[in-house]
Amino acid sequence: MHIIFILIAISVVVAAGFLAAFLWAVRSGQYDDDYTPAVRMLFENEYKPAGKSEKLEQKTS
Amino acid sequence: MEAALQTNIQNCYHCGDSCKDEPILAHDKAFCCDGCKAVYELLEENNLCTYYNLEENPGLTGKKPVSEARFAYLDDPGVEAQLINFRSDKICKLTFYIPQMHCSSCIWLLENLFKLNPGIAETTVNFLRKEVAITYFHERTSLREVVQLLARIGYEPAITLADTDGKKTSKQSRTIIYKLGLAGFAFGNVMLLAFPDYLSFTEELQHSYGSFFGYLSILLSIPVFFYSARGFFTSAWQGIRQRMVNIDLPISTGLLALFFVSIFDIVTGRGPGYLDSFTGLVFFMLIGKYFQQKTYDTLAFDRDYTSYFPVSITVIKENREEASTAVRNLKVGDRIRIRNQELIPADAILLQGRAMIDYSFVSGESEPVEKVMGEVIYAGGRQEGESIELEVVKEVSQGYLTQLWNDTVFSKDESQSLHTYSNIAGKWFIIVTLLVAAGALWYWVPRDMDMAMKAFTSVLIIACPCALSLATPFVHGHTMRVFGRNKFYIKNAAVVETLAKIDTVVFDKTGTLTEPSEAEVTYTGKTLSSAQQQAILSVLRHSTHPLSQRISHALTGDTAQVQHFQEYAGKGLAGEVNGMLVRIGSAAYLGVPADKQQDTLKTTVYVSVDGTLLGYYTFFNVYREGLRQVLQGLGDKKIAVLSGDNNHEEARLQELLGQEAELNFNQSPLQKLEYIQRLKQGGQHQVLMVGDGLNDAGALKQSDAGIALSNSVTNFSPSCDAILDAGAFDKLSTFLNFSKKSMNLILLTFAVSLIYNVVGLTIAVQGLFTPIVSAILMPISTLSVMAFATLSVRYAAKKAGL
Repeated sequence: MHIIFILIAISVVVAAGFLAAFLWAVRSGQYDDDYTPAVRMLFENEYKPAGKSEKLEQKTS
Repeated sequence: MEAALQTNIQNCYHCGDSCKDEPILAHDKAFCCDGCKAVYELLEENNLCTYYNLEENPGLTGKKPVSEARFAYLDDPGVEAQLINFRSDKICKLTFYIPQMHCSSCIWLLENLFKLNPGIAETTVNFLRKEVAITYFHERTSLREVVQLLARIGYEPAITLADTDGKKTSKQSRTIIYKLGLAGFAFGNVMLLAFPDYLSFTEELQHSYGSFFGYLSILLSIPVFFYSARGFFTSAWQGIRQRMVNIDLPISTGLLALFFVSIFDIVTGRGPGYLDSFTGLVFFMLIGKYFQQKTYDTLAFDRDYTSYFPVSITVIKENREEASTAVRNLKVGDRIRIRNQELIPADAILLQGRAMIDYSFVSGESEPVEKVMGEVIYAGGRQEGESIELEVVKEVSQGYLTQLWNDTVFSKDESQSLHTYSNIAGKWFIIVTLLVAAGALWYWVPRDMDMAMKAFTSVLIIACPCALSLATPFVHGHTMRVFGRNKFYIKNAAVVETLAKIDTVVFDKTGTLTEPSEAEVTYTGKTLSSAQQQAILSVLRHSTHPLSQRISHALTGDTAQVQHFQEYAGKGLAGEVNGMLVRIGSAAYLGVPADKQQDTLKTTVYVSVDGTLLGYYTFFNVYREGLRQVLQGLGDKKIAVLSGDNNHEEARLQELLGQEAELNFNQSPLQKLEYIQRLKQGGQHQVLMVGDGLNDAGALKQSDAGIALSNSVTNFSPSCDAILDAGAFDKLSTFLNFSKKSMNLILLTFAVSLIYNVVGLTIAVQGLFTPIVSAILMPISTLSVMAFATLSVRYAAKKAGL
């Protein structure tokens, strides 16, 4: 039954890891703005020449 | 027919405005003006047309071109240093407030600024705060170039005097989130360790590991006690030092008892203690605090005049050279130049040019006032039209308007009211708790010393009014959200309680009771023939003067050709229509003798045709829709009006507001402040001030609750406790009544939590209080109070139609 000591120790360490991650997230400002990142991730990355797709769209419209 | 007409009207591809005049066609798209076209071309050249694909017509109108010379002051190293947050050898970082930001296209374009100016390294938008953080290489570009670029694409940042005063808006405090995270972590783990105690068949487990679990729980609870729960202890201590009992005192007693009894139990091996309840309570109460603290970050409630005034101004030196100077350094005697749409920063005399001053910031009056040479123009007005030259007569902080902020009201810290419901409840609570605890002690001491100690501490633990302390934040927090949904934004939750106590309502007139953009026009005099009316309208259509435009809006009909049209600044108009000579203007212009002038207090415009005076137009205020409804809803509250205007509307107002209403006219900003002060003297009245302009700022601050009415919420509004969208003005009385109702809900929630306390106390005095009872009773009581507060406010809001 001494395994319980080890198990509890592991569980507390894991939980403390999550606490540290949470504190880091707050400190790095991730809780300051909860709207803009949600919009930002929907923007396309524009690696291809943007002009091309632009012209195609103009034709279809 | 109508459909055909609509397709004919083209909307600008950039800003979506309808192209009233001939649209400018370029690149197969229609633009309403050159400004919009120029922005489109700039974006197209840099492959930034995604801007137009994200949202339809996302642009901002380019009709008001800005002169780029205006930003010359940004080259000044002093100004630059005040605006920049961080500077290294290579980069500069700064944050701008951009009120125009409104859609996801805006975010996209602002975050792609580096494509337009390679000197910009990175831009990050915070949409809710309408802020953009910019990093740029100061070797490759300058602050001025960055601002000019923003202005060119329509997102001119609002750089005001407040930005350079070093009064940087403090970042939202993250302490509460840290505390909450820590308490949550401890709560979860301690509860896990305490779990075996809840079940009787794990007795063996408890026997062998009990002390290990106990000590680990203590270890986890120590940071909660010293960090997360600290706020409750300091608040209670402050209360004691001021000889006041607040709600945090019984809470602190309860928490202290819980924590130390648990430690004692664990160390002496008597039992597992109540640390799970302790951490859980701190966690729940912090949620309550967080809920109450969450306010409208994006709205600024504490602005003073510096948030409106520009940073710099063009000064004309003796050799007629123009240079931009910081407004702070303006001295009496300086000559300044004010261009179209610029704000006048100091009281000054008009030296040159035609001044049309828009005082809407100050008084709420939207109609520009015409000033002639030699007249003093007060600070806060915005020039419309050509550029003018002025001589400063008073320093910025000493002006007619700005000296208001030298009043002591503005330097006083707002003290939190101690007479809130929860503090009064807290006082009675601790008295009853101590009585019950003493009673338990008195009963048990002769019988069983051990039981006596147990009962005494259990009473202190169970009587912790944690559920009670949750009632107020949750009811207030939800009320605040209900108000926010209805476009009434309050500064913090405590304002709800202030609003509930209001018995006197003071209104500003212009712009608050009246609709600023409208006026009723009536004609008095000889009846006009249709030909005469047509002639008058035709002449008026040629003038851009606001009064002419108002009359021509009120008149209907066709126009005819006008010949020999002339406009005399400050006097009137003249023109020939079909052979009739029409003259329109002031009494002096038409030579109306002073004794024949009617209603000199009202704004009047006289009309003559072929030299005979026919009559005059007068302007009446149009009162806001729903005003009657609001007045009815206010019931028996005392009503007063403070107006900076003259008293020509007195009779109409008196009729509207009832005979008891106090009407005060010709009030200066300082007089308004003093009037509120007099009302409040002796503490008989709880005053609510409703105003809109900067001239109400003193009264808004002095009153118990100040509501600023605003046509666009993100726009400028003076410092206040709440901002009300002008569209929701008709609900004002509903809001007041609802805040009263929410106070009743708090009382009801108190009653619910008291039931738990009575049950808990009965168990405690009998000495039956065990960790398992506490583990069940405490979360149930807190959660049910939270649920009750939330649901009851929702239900009441639905019933009130909010």
